Amino acid sequence: MVEGRLARARSDRSSRDWNVKRLLDLRQMRVMDPLTAVLYLVPAGVVVVVFRLVPIASAFILSFFDVKMGRVRGFVGLAQYARLFQDPTFWSSLGTTAYYVLGVVPLSLFLSLFAAVLLNQKIRGLGFYRTVYFLPVVTSLVAVSMVWKWIFHPRLGLLNYFLAALGGGSLQWLEEPRGIFEMMASAVGWSWWPDGLAGPSLALVAVIVVAIWRGIGYNIVIFLAGLQNIPDQYYEAARIDGASARQVFWRVTWPLLSPVTFYVLLSTTIVSFQVFTQIYLMTGPPVGGPMGTTKVIVYYLFEKGFDAGGNMGYASAVALVLFAIILSLTLLQRRVVERRVYY
Amino acid sequence: MDSTATLGDREANAAFRLRRSARRSVTYAALWVGIVVMTVPFFWMVTTSLKSPIEILEFPPTWIPTGHYVLSEAGDWEEVYVVSRDLALGTVTVRPTGGGETRTVDSGDIRDRARLRFGNYVEAWNQAPFARYYFNTILVTLFVVAGVLVTSSLAAYAFARMRFWGRDNIFVLFLSMMMVPQPVYIVPSYIILVKLGWVNTYQALIVPWLAHIFSIFLLRQHFKTIPNDLYDAAIIDGCSRFAFLWRVVLPLSKAVLVAVVIFTIVGTWNSFLWPLVMTNTPDVRPLQVGLARFSQEQGTNHELMMAAAAFSIAPLIIAYFFAQKQIIQSLATSGMKS
Repeated sequence: MVEGRLARARSDRSSRDWNVKRLLDLRQMRVMDPLTAVLYLVPAGVVVVVFRLVPIASAFILSFFDVKMGRVRGFVGLAQYARLFQDPTFWSSLGTTAYYVLGVVPLSLFLSLFAAVLLNQKIRGLGFYRTVYFLPVVTSLVAVSMVWKWIFHPRLGLLNYFLAALGGGSLQWLEEPRGIFEMMASAVGWSWWPDGLAGPSLALVAVIVVAIWRGIGYNIVIFLAGLQNIPDQYYEAARIDGASARQVFWRVTWPLLSPVTFYVLLSTTIVSFQVFTQIYLMTGPPVGGPMGTTKVIVYYLFEKGFDAGGNMGYASAVALVLFAIILSLTLLQRRVVERRVYY
Repeated sequence: MDSTATLGDREANAAFRLRRSARRSVTYAALWVGIVVMTVPFFWMVTTSLKSPIEILEFPPTWIPTGHYVLSEAGDWEEVYVVSRDLALGTVTVRPTGGGETRTVDSGDIRDRARLRFGNYVEAWNQAPFARYYFNTILVTLFVVAGVLVTSSLAAYAFARMRFWGRDNIFVLFLSMMMVPQPVYIVPSYIILVKLGWVNTYQALIVPWLAHIFSIFLLRQHFKTIPNDLYDAAIIDGCSRFAFLWRVVLPLSKAVLVAVVIFTIVGTWNSFLWPLVMTNTPDVRPLQVGLARFSQEQGTNHELMMAAAAFSIAPLIIAYFFAQKQIIQSLATSGMKS
């Protein structure tokens, strides 16, 4: 009788028992038919390997070669890097990018945190403010750059109109190569100012303004989410202890918000290092003008990689320097996050 | 204790309320300054796009596009351009928009009326193959969204539910590639597309973006929250692995899938550097690159450039007003790469 039942069970392969057995088998063996897994991974895997992994690896390799117009012309070792580090345009583009990052990041952080704190105090119409502040994030950078270029127009622009209405003189904005510190010095009557301290050109400052305007809504949303995550008990406790608004901010909000602040700081910095579109559309002609004061590193890379006179090996060397900078920032973020220095 | 405490209760309350309402007003004032700063560029774009080329040159500029009208000799109101104003004499030199002699009239004889030139939009649309650009962008976006949904769901399912050799290492490798910014690998990507013969084709704009590592990551995190018991029960009932993904996992992941769709659409619609490098003729050129070219070619036709900018951002802005919550949420997640 037992024999008979076993035989029936064996023959009835679609039975529950068989499925249970299959499940147990699969769980115990911890290997689930590797072929199936491959099947699921192939579509994404092929694309990622061919269009991510290979290009990233090639960027390293290409930087050791001489590549003109997409054609590899020979191994040159570290010569690209040697040339790069002696290239004044490279260093000035790096400096311009640093100015840009230093201009965008602190201001964007300050303004977005300020707005988020204002929005977090049970404001009527919170959704409305958030929607409007976030609006530029959804609009394309190309359109945004065109609109702002028109606003900065030296003769007919809205901004110079405002300046005139306030009784000021008009500025050249995107066509002004002079550094802003130098301009301030000459405005207060100093005829001499050291060249090294001229600061970013007014043109670059105009581009910085646009970047802040466009990105602030995003940071506000992240800060607001962070603020709303801070439990009310802390605020109540602080209130009972009679803390002033300033104390509440510096002793409660700021430390508890620090992971979010750090995230916003890093992500804004990383995105800012890659600025390209605004420069491409707002400055020049030629792009990077006036007098090369807005030529940032990604534009320099683009020029070297895709302009007729360029060299793709050289562009790859530029790309790797950019990568090294961004990678070290990412690793820094990891370390700080792991240390949990906040509270 | 401060001085208010020594006052009567009512006075203290009133002082407190006054202080609170003062702070409130400052808050709202600051927020409204922000609103003005965020919206004026959009308003200015639309205003400019509705002006005549002559009105563009007027300084100070007009906030509402305005037409000027003067009584003609025949006795009807004729639209004119203002050529110059003489403030000392109070006269204005005008020229009829329909063509004709320039003449000088008393500034009091001019009537102003709002005049919106929607024709600028038609003109801008026709000055470059914008219909084609639009079509290209929509086509590319549709393919990329569909592709990302399929490839990411499958890969995320494998990473979340299956056990195979090297799974976690492969996943970490994927994640580390996500950290590499596009400018770093764009030159080698271009060479690969040259070798494939794909430069200036739709494939160049679609295929490299068919897999999106962050979407895989997001979906995997969500798939992992679906309880194992559900999976076991389904398998015991004879459900195949793919059927489980299709019938159980994906319906349970609608919110995440919507987020993926939104940031893929916005990202593809607005992408610029990649298509700028990979295309060079209008037949495959997407909208953003077409718009950039238009802006470089137009030079001084600001009203046409603003019209083109306006109709290029319109679809996403309209979508944004219908689904702001989801769009904000989706884009906020998409930045949370760490």
